[in-house]
Amino acid sequence: MPGSLTRLQRYYLLYTGGFILFVAALALLEDHGMPPRWIGYSFLIFTISMYAVIGIMSRTSDVSEFYVAGRRVPAFFNGMATGADWMSAASFIGLAGTLYLSGYQGLAFVLGWTGGFVLVALLLAPYLRRFGEYTIPDFLSARYGGNAIRLVAVGAAILASFVYVVAQIYGVGVITSRFVSLQFEIGVFVGLAGILVCSFLGGMRAVTWTQVAQYVILIIAYITPVAILSWSVTGNPVPQVVYGQVLQRVQEMEDKLFDSPAEVDARRLYRERADGYAQKIMQLPNSLSLEREDLTARINELKASDAQMKDIVALERQRRELPHDPDQARLRWEAAMFAAAERAAPPIHHAAAFPGDDEEGWAQRINFLALVFCLTVGTAALPHVLMRYYTTPSVREARESVFWSLLFILLLYVTAPAYAVFVKYEVFTHLVDIPIAKLPGWVAAWSKIGLVSIEDINRDGILQLAELSLNPDVIVLATPEIAGMPYVVSGLVAAGGLAAALSTADGLLLTITSALSHDVYYRIFRPQSSTQFRLVISKSMLLVVAVLAATVAAQKPGTILSMVAWAFSIAGSAFFPALVLGIFWRRATRPGALAGMVVGLAVAIYYIFRIEFDGIAWLGVSGLRMEPWFQVQSTSAGVFGVATGFVTIILVSLFTKAPEKEVEAFLDALRRTRRREDA
Amino acid sequence: MAHDLYWRKTRRLTFGLLVIWVFITFVLTWYAKELNAFSLFGFPLGFYMAAQGSLVIYLAIIWYYNRRMRQLEAEFGIDDE
Repeated sequence: MPGSLTRLQRYYLLYTGGFILFVAALALLEDHGMPPRWIGYSFLIFTISMYAVIGIMSRTSDVSEFYVAGRRVPAFFNGMATGADWMSAASFIGLAGTLYLSGYQGLAFVLGWTGGFVLVALLLAPYLRRFGEYTIPDFLSARYGGNAIRLVAVGAAILASFVYVVAQIYGVGVITSRFVSLQFEIGVFVGLAGILVCSFLGGMRAVTWTQVAQYVILIIAYITPVAILSWSVTGNPVPQVVYGQVLQRVQEMEDKLFDSPAEVDARRLYRERADGYAQKIMQLPNSLSLEREDLTARINELKASDAQMKDIVALERQRRELPHDPDQARLRWEAAMFAAAERAAPPIHHAAAFPGDDEEGWAQRINFLALVFCLTVGTAALPHVLMRYYTTPSVREARESVFWSLLFILLLYVTAPAYAVFVKYEVFTHLVDIPIAKLPGWVAAWSKIGLVSIEDINRDGILQLAELSLNPDVIVLATPEIAGMPYVVSGLVAAGGLAAALSTADGLLLTITSALSHDVYYRIFRPQSSTQFRLVISKSMLLVVAVLAATVAAQKPGTILSMVAWAFSIAGSAFFPALVLGIFWRRATRPGALAGMVVGLAVAIYYIFRIEFDGIAWLGVSGLRMEPWFQVQSTSAGVFGVATGFVTIILVSLFTKAPEKEVEAFLDALRRTRRREDA
Repeated sequence: MAHDLYWRKTRRLTFGLLVIWVFITFVLTWYAKELNAFSLFGFPLGFYMAAQGSLVIYLAIIWYYNRRMRQLEAEFGIDDE
């Protein structure tokens, strides 16, 4: 870094200072009685209009600016933009919660999502930048030749990105509806507007500069609450450094708590409940009619005596809400059985790795490493991340920007485990073993929207750990309230989550758009079209895809959120082997790459499908579910996809004709192996 | 030829760093349970590696790679635009 700041750095420093002043001003106003609702609105309006200003300032009608920001983004800022591009609503809101719930086991995400950048740095980024076109399909098509591989790449890129973008817009809907109390559907369209103001006018150029701005907000918003919490618990405001001590205290509390008689008793009651459901499921359909008769008998009994009307109504409602048929009963009771069994399971120490016995522990290790593998390879293959390395001015800056990317991403991923530990400490000290009537206010507030649930199963009036269940999202969203911070901190967290979701959505949307407009329309259908017209096509595609994604998100598709985890396996299986072998193995041929991509993708999708779904209702197919291979879960389907991808490319390549002269020349240029004649 | 040597050195560097990466990411992690018996900065070691230690090593790997590549480029007079 040069001693004096560049113009860009001064701008962003000013912007960061402005944002901090804005937050401070709101804190002051809150002190003077500004209602929370207005604080939420202020954050929403202020941040989105900042993004809009940057978006409008970076508008462009140049193709290279639109797709790769004119290749003028310095390494440092490209690193920041990649950080925002990479960290999605799931990283911001979900990760700390996952770590809270699964302790060490959740660290697979932290390892995978950061380790992947080593692969990006060593294997991909410098070569993609030296190649220097616009998209990932461009690269594959130039290396292997032909449009077939381009189409397969476009298909895989859209498959991996679309679900992902829907989940981001869904995230925006959730955040705006919770913090600004907008209706969910309106929130989704606010999100749509927030995305379009950045990307529509200025493409990659505008997205890059808003992503930098969004990174600043999201990292401030993520670290502030934990820093305050850390300050109040340990007297040290750097949570990443001190949470080791807090973890020790948590472990001591766990030792005391886990085997206390009340906990053991509560878990036993849940186990009995789970067994009860299991029995009822076994005895279907008789158990359903028995239950209905039983309820009817009790209602009649109550009616005969002079019981209160409201008791009778309650029982009648219970009877009305009974499952209509055995199939529905099976589904519902299974869900209830799993929920009860989960609460009945003995809790695991936060720091304990692979706590199971021999065989179970083995499966846990395999699954942990498989997940890490899929996340790393997926990180190194998701087109919206790789595309960012086309935007730097030189190969050297591309390499350096991977370093900055990882550094900026680390800041969040190193904080997330601290978040989890601090919140666990708060829960153990202020929630567990406390009379239910005296629980803090936030518990009731978040119970109302179903993110916290409490049930006094052993009826002792005191909360046991087993009786509390928290949705992972609540950890980050409610931390400000848990620690008794003013509402302005909650607003800040909401603004950060919004920035994380919007920035990722922008990057994904551009990937889909450029795949459709650049790769399919321009490269395949109309190579002769003018640059003006190409931009028109790009912008209309952007609009169509964005509206489509928002429409899907507005339907609140529950399954789509779980589908995001599969995007990593899908992208990794389709792209990683073809990209890496394309660069490092001269002998890789077009048929080999094509076969490898198709087979890898097919294996990953096949595995996900056979593990997750039993049949396709509208085709009348069922009974498809299979036993997992080596006990690997469906989120790690990429293990098999990537492996078969590599094997297929190698085998098919060896059996087909070696690549031609052009490929040799292409690789020589990419690796700089030979001095070019004109140099 | 001089530039073949550049590529060979690049490849050796890449491969060497990848081996370290695999060791940190997969081999150490496999033994996390055993590592947890030790402690570092107040953390159980296995937990610390997955939550912080490995991440810092990743950053160091990329830093070292960039440094070596800069040197190699200077040595072979490679200047990419």
